[in-house]
Order: sequence, then C-alpha cells, then structure tokens
Amino acid sequence: MKIAICIKQVPGTTAVEVDPVTGTLKRDGVESKLNPCDLYALETALRLKESCGASLTAVTMGPPQAQSILREAFMMGVDEALLVSDRKFAGADVLSTSYTLAQALECAGPFDLIICGRQTTDGDTAQVGPELAELLNIPHAANVTEIHSLDAGKLRATMLLPGSFMQISMKLPALISVDETIAEPRLPSYKLKLATADREIKVLSLKDFADTDENHYGQSGSPTRVIRVFPPEHNTRQERWEGSGKECALRLAAFLEEGKFLQDPR
Amino acid sequence: MKNFTQLDAKHIAELEKIASEVLTGSQIHEDYFHDELAGVPHPPEAVVRPRSTAEVSAVMKYAYANNIPVTPRGQGTGLVGGSVSLYGGIMLDMTAMNRILEIDRENLTMTVEPGVLLMEIPPAIQGMGLFYPPDPGEKSASIGGNISTNAGGMRAVKYGVTRDYVRGLEVVLADGRVMELGGKVAKNSSGYNLLQLIVGSEGTLAVVTKAILKLIPLPPKAVSLLVPFPSLAQAIGTVPEIIKSKNTPTAVEFMERAVILAAEEFLGRAYPDKSADAYLLLTFDGNSTEEIEKAYEEAAQICLANGALDVLISNTPERNEAIWKARGAFLEAIKSSTTEMDECDVVVPRRLIADFINYSATLEERFGIRIRSFGHAGDGNLHIYILRDKLSQPEWESKLQQVFDALYAKAFEMGGQVSGEHGIGYVKRPFLKESRGEDQLELMAAVKHAFDPKGILNPGKVF
Repeated sequence: MKIAICIKQVPGTTAVEVDPVTGTLKRDGVESKLNPCDLYALETALRLKESCGASLTAVTMGPPQAQSILREAFMMGVDEALLVSDRKFAGADVLSTSYTLAQALECAGPFDLIICGRQTTDGDTAQVGPELAELLNIPHAANVTEIHSLDAGKLRATMLLPGSFMQISMKLPALISVDETIAEPRLPSYKLKLATADREIKVLSLKDFADTDENHYGQSGSPTRVIRVFPPEHNTRQERWEGSGKECALRLAAFLEEGKFLQDPR
Repeated sequence: MKNFTQLDAKHIAELEKIASEVLTGSQIHEDYFHDELAGVPHPPEAVVRPRSTAEVSAVMKYAYANNIPVTPRGQGTGLVGGSVSLYGGIMLDMTAMNRILEIDRENLTMTVEPGVLLMEIPPAIQGMGLFYPPDPGEKSASIGGNISTNAGGMRAVKYGVTRDYVRGLEVVLADGRVMELGGKVAKNSSGYNLLQLIVGSEGTLAVVTKAILKLIPLPPKAVSLLVPFPSLAQAIGTVPEIIKSKNTPTAVEFMERAVILAAEEFLGRAYPDKSADAYLLLTFDGNSTEEIEKAYEEAAQICLANGALDVLISNTPERNEAIWKARGAFLEAIKSSTTEMDECDVVVPRRLIADFINYSATLEERFGIRIRSFGHAGDGNLHIYILRDKLSQPEWESKLQQVFDALYAKAFEMGGQVSGEHGIGYVKRPFLKESRGEDQLELMAAVKHAFDPKGILNPGKVF
C-alpha cells in the first residue's frame, strides 16, 4: 500500500501583503510554515501506516525552500519526500497546480491513496484535491471525517456534507481530502529529526514529466486571471451595554433576532 | 477579632453619596461571597464599585472614620480566600476601574488601572514589539489581583514574577490618603521599598488604584518542546539539569497523563500526545528560529539522555495552541472531575522538586484520597490538588488536614515556603505561622499596624 500526501508551504502569519501588480502573495522575507490543514492529512496517513503498514510519500510543489516542510513531514514519520519544483511552475492557479501535481504523481506513482488537507490557508480554494483526482481520473471524497477501513482495494469512510454525514465506499486508487475533526495531528519528533537528517528528498521538474509542454504549467497554463486583490474588511465593531442582567439579555435577544443570527425554532 | 461597625441604612445612604455604584442585599450576587476556593460563603454587607481613585479615597476615609472593614477584590479568581469579606462590611470591587491609561514606548512601561485583566494586556501592546512576561495560568484575573498576590506563572523560570514588573503604584491607604510609590524609573535606592511591600500584601496594607508595569522587547519567536517520559520521577529528575544548562527555557512545566486526560474531556479536544505517563513542557524564546533551535538542542539531548521517550517540537501557533490551551485548562478540568477540592501551592528549592513530588505521590495511597498535581517544575512551585470525590464531610476534613500537614511539614523540612504564587488568604494562615515563626509574624503585624492602625483593610488575611 502506497499513500501520497499533498502538502504545501504557506506564510507563517496571516499578516501577509499581496503584490498589487501580479496579485500573488509577497513571500519574500516572510516566515513560512506547513499548511495547518495538511497536518490532518499527514496524521490520517500516519495512522493508516500504523494500522495497515502503508508506505508514505509527502509531495509538495514549491520553490527549493519548501524542502523544510518535507523535512517536517519526515519528523512526523513520513517515509519518502518529493519536491516538485521548477521555475516554470511559478504563478500557477488552481487548475495548473492540480495538473502539475497530477503529472508528478503519475511520474512517481502509482499510489493507492492520495490524501490532501481540506484547503490551504493562503489560497483557500479547497479545490486542488478534487481537481487533482479528476485529472488522475480516480474517485475522490472531500471533507472526510473518519476512515473505517482500507483493505481489499476499497476505502470505507465518512464524509461531511452540509447538515449531514455520508458513508461511502470507494475503489482504490482514490483521493480524499480530510476534515480537521478526523484526528489531532502529532507533533514533529526530535528523534526523527536526528534519524532523518540525511534522508534524501527527491526532486521532480518539468523535464521528468510525461507532458513537457511548458504552456501547460505555471502562469501560462493558468486560465484564472486575477483582476484585483484586496484585504478583507475586518469587522471589529464593539458595543457596550449596561443594565441589569434581564435588560441586557432582552436586548441581546432582540439584537440577535434582528441580525438574523438566531433562527426561530418554530 | 475586632469590633467592626455593622452597616445600617444610614451608612449605605452615606456610601451612595460618595460612590457611583453601591450594591446591597439581593443586588449582591453570591459570586461575591467566595472566590475560586469556594467553601463557606461570606457575604459582604455592601459592594462598592468605584470608578476613580478619588472615589476609593472617599470610601476608605468614610470606612476608616466609621470602623468598617473593607475587602478589596478583583475578579475573585484567588484560591486561598484572599478576596472574601470574612467580617462583612464593604467589598471594594475594583473591576470597573479597568482602563489602560498609557503605553509609554520610550520608557517601556504601561500604566493600568487595577481592574484591567491579564488577558487584555497582550492585545493592547500587540504589534508594538513589546512584552509583559508574567504569565499566571488564570488569564481572566485582574492585574490588581496579580499584584496583590505577586502572581508568578509559567515564564517565571526565565523572566521572574509579577513583582519584577511593577515599577510604580498609586495606592489608597486605610485612612483614605492617596500615595504614589516608585515610578517610571529603572533604578531606585530611595529609602525603604514600600512599593514592593505592597506587592504581595493581599490587600491588607493599601488599595492599589493604578500600576506602572515594566515591559520588555518581545522575543519574536518561541518554540515549545513536549517531552514524554516513562515516569514522573524521571521527568522531574531531569529538570535540574535543564535549568543548569546554558540556555534557560522561559517555562518548564510538568504534567501527568491523568491530568491531560481530564483536560481532554473538559475541552472536548484531543491532545497531540498522551502515550506516556509523564511529560515536561519546555518553552524557549529568541530572535530567530536558528537561535532557538540551537537553544533547545542541548535541552533535547539532556532529556533523551535522562530517559525521555522522545522530544516533540511545537513550532507553530496552531501547535502551541493545542498544547498550551490544555495546560491553561488543567485547573478547571481537575475541578470538574470532582466534588470539591483544595490545593497546596508550596514552593521548594528547585533541586528538591523531584523528591517533593515523589513524596506527594505516596500520600495518595497512604491517606486513601485522590491527589492530582501539575506545575512549574522549573521554579520549584507546585500545585497539588487534593480531591474530595465521594468522601463524607468529616472524612474529607480529616484527610485533607492530614495531607496538608504532611505536605507542609515536608516542604518546610526542605527549606520551602507556604505559597509560591497564590498567597496566604485566610486558609493558609496556620501554615504561614508554622513556617515563619512568631518573630517574623510580629514584624509583619507591626508593618500592618503602621499602614492600617485600625485593621480595617482585608481583616483576617495573611496572619
């Protein structure tokens, strides 16, 4: 059983500036970290490794410094790491990113299962996982909250839908993106840091792919055009009410009702 | 003890003239009858919520003239009954004086009213590159309360306690006189240090109405290490070596699996690791990731050499939140797991902390009572909680007394002190007397008399 986990390096804080010209995030000089949602994907994979002996490969697409998150994946217990890196991949949108990853996974595979985090904290689209599965032409499920079994070429899991859960059974190979309720991620281990300090990180670039047409990658392979980028409005308005508990409670109830924060149970 | 005046309608009417908010009778919520220790309720006769120093002064002048006891109170999160009005009278609820008055970026100070909450300080200085290091577990406590008990917290190993960050105070004396002590100066050799006498005096000498707190430049990066050990003895036994090493951690906490499980249940959230019986939690701060990595390297090696199962690294806000949030919830989690509890907040020399914890663990079996502990292994300050569970009242009282006697006797034998950070209040008074002796208590009484000749300020506390 071979499992690939797609992870990404994202800015370490939320206070990141956007380049007004290119519409991309200014990453220079900004501390970075492993995308928090991907920690759940890694934890899911590590538990499958413990329960059914799978071999795990962490895959990331990014510049050479993204190696640091692959090192971190080693420190959590992942066996192999793959850095998908080429200047020609720069400026990729959701579709182009998914395509690049699909090429890389076909090149390094085959994998029985691909696990992604729900979304990244910088792009926030939550689309790369499902698009990647479509491009690989394999079944996929998003917002997976629990894995029940993984054997005989089948994965049984629960996925979260708006307002309900759905139990599913999928044929392998398959892709899932996991919800944050699936398992509490473990912390990186210092012992594994020492043990994996010299472990090789494989690098794949455009020349290694089946499709080497550079028009399919990076900015030129991206149909999305960013017109304007702007920070969201922060609503931090505060009101202070004074009065007896009853007065304030009635006022709060009226306020919540007026703002449609409460649904009338009738 | 004293023949204090009981409040009557005339007194209330007078108080209403001088104070902006006076609560009496059924207006006084029963939360005011106790602190987090709970126990026997002691209702005040009136709660006064002043808005200014002048108001505090007027109330004290009136109370002094009429021999009315006054109990200053912050958020009531204390654990030794320090803010409970044992003799009725006036409770001076300082929480409405809660403005941050100034942040002085030239002198690195911040001036606050006593009702400001500890949790309100970090957002107030966020983005300024400034840092207020004292970090007591109870973030909803007020700064006035922190000053009154000289609260310590988790960063004491490297940065010291509340006392070390109080530069100046405005206080109101028992007779209503307003006095400024200390100021925005970094050095001071000008007579007796009355400022530091007020810090930790639990509201028995004066009422704090304003505080100038010292700030330091914020270390931009922090990494925590969660270190699993096969046994508590091994975990604690490693602490002296870590402290001796070149790089001082900001925090060294210890915890057992039972407490982690209680916190998981209380928060409804899984902890990143619970495979081991005991853990140390270390934090290192510094200017860069590289600097911190170097700093924790030595500690990690010491831990592994002393039998640690691994050293787990928490290097992002999400990871830190997962481990520290549980640490912050330990007290509430333990509390919700039992019917009633009492605590022992002794501090022993750091070298002896392992011996003391091992000793306290033997008491569980010896007295047949559930005992939970966690705390600041790095500074020798322990929090040992004795849990009542299903014991009957007489059984509980007698076992509690026996456990306390044994714990304090052991602590004193080791050269320890009654309280590391929670204070004496009224419940720890016998143990203070036992450890400090008659002579020292007489000196304290003389100091108290000099500040408050009528003994109206927080009577029945400390000694």
